[in-house]
Amino acid sequence: MSKERIQISEDLYDIMPSDYQDLVKSATYGKEDRGWKDIGTSKELIEQHSLCAGCPESMAFRYILASLPNPEDTVMVGSTGCTSLVFPMVAVHNIHSLFGNQNAIASGLKRALSVRFPGRVKDVVVLAGDGATVDIGLDMTLQAWFRQEKFTTICFDNELYANTGGQESGLMQKGFVAKMAPVGKLFDKVRLPEIARESGCHYVVNCTVSKPSLVEKVIRNAVHIAREIGPTYLQLYTPCILEIGKNSMEGLQEMRDSEKPTERFAYKEYVSEPAKQLLAELAAKDKERKAAAKQLAGQVSA
Amino acid sequence: MSDYRVLPGPEHFLPPAAASMGICLPNPGEAHINGVIAPEEKAYEEAARQFLMAKVPTIFPGPLVLWAWNEKAAKKATAVRHLFNTLVECVQPGQKPMLIPMPDYRPKYPKINPEVEINPNHPNLTIWHNRIDCCMFIGVHCHQANLSLKIIRGGTSCYTIAMCAQAGHEDAMLSFRDASVEKIMKLADTVKRLKGTVQPRLASAKNGVSS
Repeated sequence: MSKERIQISEDLYDIMPSDYQDLVKSATYGKEDRGWKDIGTSKELIEQHSLCAGCPESMAFRYILASLPNPEDTVMVGSTGCTSLVFPMVAVHNIHSLFGNQNAIASGLKRALSVRFPGRVKDVVVLAGDGATVDIGLDMTLQAWFRQEKFTTICFDNELYANTGGQESGLMQKGFVAKMAPVGKLFDKVRLPEIARESGCHYVVNCTVSKPSLVEKVIRNAVHIAREIGPTYLQLYTPCILEIGKNSMEGLQEMRDSEKPTERFAYKEYVSEPAKQLLAELAAKDKERKAAAKQLAGQVSA
Repeated sequence: MSDYRVLPGPEHFLPPAAASMGICLPNPGEAHINGVIAPEEKAYEEAARQFLMAKVPTIFPGPLVLWAWNEKAAKKATAVRHLFNTLVECVQPGQKPMLIPMPDYRPKYPKINPEVEINPNHPNLTIWHNRIDCCMFIGVHCHQANLSLKIIRGGTSCYTIAMCAQAGHEDAMLSFRDASVEKIMKLADTVKRLKGTVQPRLASAKNGVSS
């Protein structure tokens, strides 16, 4: 869908709910430099959602949707979990897959889009929880990486099955006791970032969503690398404050505590050689473009 | 021919699809009224009569006319607005025509605002909230229109009209097919022509539209 076609019929404009009018008037579709700093000054691509008050996942959603480089030509693939409650309120094309098969859906979708729209950039981004990515959907996740499918996989890692009351997941840390995992986790947290690297991902990041600028950077990198080179994987810590016994205002601090250098969400990044080269080229082009824009602005004001 | 008639509900929680009860779609140039095939001319009269009788006659434009996908969609939107303006001109004091959009089909959580929109997954909320007793769907994709029409027939007593751009809807009480700008304008003309000849059912609508 081209953003030029997303226009409300003039004669019925006044009856459209204001959120649709705002999306057409002031959302950042098509803006080259879109990012988290647009939040508050333009219409976000997420409307009111039904996540719990203070849920870090809602922060992650807002930063990710603000940072996608090409939202009008992006299709997101979701899976079962808390994220599936949010997708109906997201103004980016999205598909809800069966629990766990999100990467298989995305593989077919990406191929179909490149056949249907040759020569046009169409990004596919998978966004699923740790249960869908690491437990139920691990087969599909890995196979997509082995095949070098060109899309980004984002895992919202809250270290358990939050939506169903707190069961143990593969990404839960060892020894953690949850409401529905009373004996405590008996084995280590699955090291999916390392597995992703070994499975052929060209860009892998493990971090929290406490810093919007960092989320923006990794999202843009991941989407650009997936578009040109091959699969990318982001594992973002979005703790479930309810299931770990925190209050709604404590989510941010929980993430800050978990990203300290010795903690499990200390920033880790892997970039393959071709991906490094691409990022360097993109950075150079970006610098050139900004310098040209600055020069033009100088000429206009003079 | 089936004995089943597609009538205002509430039929019951899960009303049968009218097609499964033997109701057929009209051929080009025809319409159906309560599941019985009728000449299109008769359907214009009946639709206009239902609009003029209703306490809250309402048009629900869907995404195919709300969004200006192409020139044709924009022209249909203009025609829909003309039909609504005609209704406003032609009704009597106490009647309250409404124009409520169905912008998309997402199952919206946590809720919709029934004052400003209708959602195909729970259209009854908008019908109940605004006490709508006659409505017309236009520009709604057929599968979503069928879903909504069935839910409305199941849980409300609202009279439903489908101005369908394809082959029509068995689940509406009255359905046109091959909707075009000309057909919408003709319906508006019919409403204008019948102005003052139909008695609104204001008293019976006082208690709300669902029983």
